[in-house]
Amino acid sequence: MPDTSLPVTPAQPVRFRGGGFTVRTHRWAALLAFAVLIAVWESTNRFGLVSPLFLPPPSAVAKALGAMVADGSLWQHLKASLMRIGVGWAMGTVCGMAVGFAMGIGSVARAVGVPLVSAFFPIPKIALLPLFILWFGIGEPSKFATIGFGVFFPTVIATYSAIDSVPRNLIRMAQSFGLPWASILRKIVLPGALPGILAGFRITASIALILVVAAEMIGAEYGIGAFVLTAGNLMLTDQLLAGVLVLSLLGLAIGTVLSILERRLLKWR
Amino acid sequence: MRLIIKDLCHRYDDLVVLEGIDLTVREGEVLAVIGPSGCGKSTLLGIAGGIVAPTSGTIETAGAVPDGCLNPVTFIFQDFALLPWRSVEDNLALVLEHHPLPAAERRERIEAGLRRMGLWDFRKALPKQLSGGMRQRVGIARALAVRPAMLLLDEPLSALDAQTRELLMEDFLALWQRERTTALYVTHNLDEALRLADRVVVLSRRPGRLREIVTIEEPRDQRLQPSAQAHLAEVRDRLWHLIRAEAQLADREIANA
Ligand SMILES: Nc1ncnc2c1ncn2[C@@H]1O[C@H](COP(=O)(O)OP(=O)(O)OP(=O)(O)O)[C@@H](O)[C@H]1O
Ligand SMILES: [Mg+2]
Repeated sequence: MPDTSLPVTPAQPVRFRGGGFTVRTHRWAALLAFAVLIAVWESTNRFGLVSPLFLPPPSAVAKALGAMVADGSLWQHLKASLMRIGVGWAMGTVCGMAVGFAMGIGSVARAVGVPLVSAFFPIPKIALLPLFILWFGIGEPSKFATIGFGVFFPTVIATYSAIDSVPRNLIRMAQSFGLPWASILRKIVLPGALPGILAGFRITASIALILVVAAEMIGAEYGIGAFVLTAGNLMLTDQLLAGVLVLSLLGLAIGTVLSILERRLLKWR
Repeated sequence: MRLIIKDLCHRYDDLVVLEGIDLTVREGEVLAVIGPSGCGKSTLLGIAGGIVAPTSGTIETAGAVPDGCLNPVTFIFQDFALLPWRSVEDNLALVLEHHPLPAAERRERIEAGLRRMGLWDFRKALPKQLSGGMRQRVGIARALAVRPAMLLLDEPLSALDAQTRELLMEDFLALWQRERTTALYVTHNLDEALRLADRVVVLSRRPGRLREIVTIEEPRDQRLQPSAQAHLAEVRDRLWHLIRAEAQLADREIANA
């Protein structure tokens, strides 16, 4: 029976008020923005608004890059840089993970390690290159050391905080089923820490890229950093920008490789 | 297997959590533990299972273990504690891998556990693909794979919705019908205790002391019968009477802390 004590209101449609504040994908927007940016950049040069000496048009950069590919110099420089990144990063990562693991599971290692890492971490590692050159000479080892040192500390921090974030209840579970210590480390701690460690790789890869360029600018015959510096000294801005383009593509490629790695290894998330 | 706890006390730094607990879990019985939040139930279970070191007191086990028992005292966890990166069958394999079993027996144990909990078709699934009830079934299957002599269950159904809880209670009933595995079962839920337990231990608010042990006379498989309801209602009243005041006081203490 209808309640007669309430005022009767006519039926009204419910007004939708849940719009906005959600993220939708716009596939073409980014591509379009790129195209517009390149078109504007190209036309500033065509219409003589900017001197090509200071900012060469994209077409000139592309041409310079084409020439570098054709005469094989691109590969020569890239090879030198990749080798330095590879060796330096691997050294820093292997040592950093070992120390990070020790700090993650051993309380003595942590007590000793945390203050040391906090003290060394803020040093801009490139400032140590002159010292490393004195120690190891101007050749490759000093560059490996700079990159390795720069990669080492963030790896330590990423590794031990990743180990801290492994759920304690999983470790307790493993203990309650009598898993031996080494198995707990291998089957629980390592896979549990992997997401954090891989996130650390992303940071250390970009640090390695910055450091390799800086180190090559200080003293190297080959390498993208050396190439960019030389091009700048000779005012060959089209070549300079081609070098910069190669570096950003390199960064992109490293990021993609890491993404694939994450997708493969962290399927369970 | 039985578990004998004598004069157990436990402190976390200055916080006294358990005090003067004397308790025996008898061979083949299901002993429920109820008590207000924070009174030390999980701590008691952790101590019983050897993953928390008590401040003082002794815990002993005695009696027979089943054939092929690999881990006499075995936990079933509230949050399931499954490895998210391992499939269902590999989560079971985890607790067998460090034992020198023939490969065939390992496979056989995993298959038996999975089939029993109705998980065979989901053996390749990752935990994130399963519902809460299914995940706890994996937890139970994992516990069964080691053929335990005693189960320690810490609010195994608390993370589940009411219907799922009901279904899993049936699974537990079937388990205790078949194996009569001794169990220490911590719960907040009186209904669970009344359905599953032979005896119910009531702990006081923190520091947890043994207030009373209430025996449920009705056989487990007859507790849904109309004839059982009078006795169960009486036990329920008694338990509620015991925990009501404690729970209220504990609640206020938490608010004041
Ligand atoms: N590792 C720890 N360190 C310090 N204090 C702890 C620790 N674990 C538990 N406590 C404290 O000890 C008390 C008892 O904890 P416990 O988990 O045993 O209680 P509980 O009865 O299981 O509680 P709940 O009903 O909430 O599950 C709580 O006040 C808790 O905050
Ligand atoms: Mg608890």
